Amino acid sequence: MLEIKNLSYRVEGEDGPVDILKNVSLNIEDKKFVVITGPNGGGKTSMARAIMGIYQPTGGQILWNGTDITNLSVTDRARMGISYGFQQPPRFKGMKVRDLLTVAAGEKISHDQACSYLTKVGLCARDYIDRDVDSSLSGGEVKRIEIATILARKSELMIFDEPEAGIDLWSFARLTETFKEIHDKKEATILIISHQERIIRLADEIVLIAGGSLSDRGTVEEIYPKIIADTVSSCNMLEVNNKC
Amino acid sequence: MLNDIQKHILEMVADLKGTGEGAINIRSDGQKAFRRNTENIVIESKTDKDGIDIRIAPHTHQEHVHIPVVVTESGRKDLVYNDFYIGDYADVTIVAGCGIHNCGDCDSEHNGLHTFHVGKFAKVKYTEKHYGDGEGSGKRILNPQTVLYLEEGASVTLETTQIRGVDDTKRYTKVVCQGPNSEIIVRENLLTHNDQRADSEMDIFLNGEDSKAQVISRSVAQDNSTQVFYPRVEGNCKCFGHVQCDAIIMGSSKVRAIPEITCNHVDASLIHEAAIGRIAGEQILKLMTLGMTPEEAEAKILEGFLR
Repeated sequence: MLEIKNLSYRVEGEDGPVDILKNVSLNIEDKKFVVITGPNGGGKTSMARAIMGIYQPTGGQILWNGTDITNLSVTDRARMGISYGFQQPPRFKGMKVRDLLTVAAGEKISHDQACSYLTKVGLCARDYIDRDVDSSLSGGEVKRIEIATILARKSELMIFDEPEAGIDLWSFARLTETFKEIHDKKEATILIISHQERIIRLADEIVLIAGGSLSDRGTVEEIYPKIIADTVSSCNMLEVNNKC
Repeated sequence: MLNDIQKHILEMVADLKGTGEGAINIRSDGQKAFRRNTENIVIESKTDKDGIDIRIAPHTHQEHVHIPVVVTESGRKDLVYNDFYIGDYADVTIVAGCGIHNCGDCDSEHNGLHTFHVGKFAKVKYTEKHYGDGEGSGKRILNPQTVLYLEEGASVTLETTQIRGVDDTKRYTKVVCQGPNSEIIVRENLLTHNDQRADSEMDIFLNGEDSKAQVISRSVAQDNSTQVFYPRVEGNCKCFGHVQCDAIIMGSSKVRAIPEITCNHVDASLIHEAAIGRIAGEQILKLMTLGMTPEEAEAKILEGFLR
């Protein structure tokens, strides 16, 4: 189980300190599918990065399966079964897709295994397995390879930061099937930052993060109508403000 | 008879265990240590200066030639002239390379001047590896010079690799694509560390109609090492050339890349790119999220970059 207790993250801005996360507390039970959503700049990515250890929180605690991991390195957390799919994954000149999948798996993987991970993200394995993960690939292709590395890692907790960003409709449909399959087979706990209705509707629970705080949480049926209502209201407010 | 050190160096520079198969000439501490010719490939010692002539018969099909050099004597200054005559339509792989093992206080140096005459429609893959080791304080110096003349339709892939151990290198490469549709691909991989210095200068002349040149240089400079790249491509007719220099800079190292392209014809199309930078933090982080330590991540990134 993942337990987040009073998590805070403060950075120094131009006009003084900025609180990105303010005392966020959240428990995520094993094998659950949780979607974190909310407006841009609300602190969703910062929270995911804090869980992975990429950002060091300025307050609070993170526990993974009962162990306090707040001060552990990214490497330690990865080895304890947490993985993180970047919103904008880096490229590696000279590194083949096959090599990256092998690193992710942590052991030598067969050609068929490597291909199966690529197929699950909507890539034709034959065309990609021996390609370099460099600028010859489009943003959407790199993103899908990134997600394939998380699948190859087979972590207990898989965190995906906006996996839909930059991915075409057809591949996105394949990707949602993959997330559903992992969840149905209870292969991992899934934590996804997303704004996509199709992903949100797969979740056991939706967590709404706004202004650095956890503003609401609940099932799809409970939360989604509120999100829609808030969105309509915000649009109306924006229209009024713009007229002013 | 080669000793263990010489055998180790041979393995490092030429992937040779023993004397392998095919044509071979091993030079060790300035002397011919072993030679074997084949029906299609004849290696002969020069009579006017130190070095060998390698003659490859026309239509030779997928044969290998190994011509490694081993220097184990501290203080040795070796200068050798090797000339290659590659017949029309031949398809061969040539593996050169030099390894210096220096256990003494004096500098050991090897200067290899290689000239290639590549016949019509011949296809050549030329691989050159440089390697240095030994505990001595004497420097390990390697100064290769490679000159190639390509006839009509000839195609050469030149791969040079120097990964650690060589203190000082001045490399000069000259390619003249004189025949129409001739093509040169140069791949240079280099890693320097400590106080090492590596200079690589290159002149490519595209004189044959529709000739092509591609230069891909990848290098990593660590510690206090220094690297200078100066590839120059000149297009004198309808031709295409692309020069790409990528370097990763680490520690207090210094890297200069000065790609130069000159078009002397309206249909000459030449491009150059150069990029020098440190390893991106996100690259390290990504590999850490896959369970690697920062050190393992860095090594993996460099391994791929220099492949």
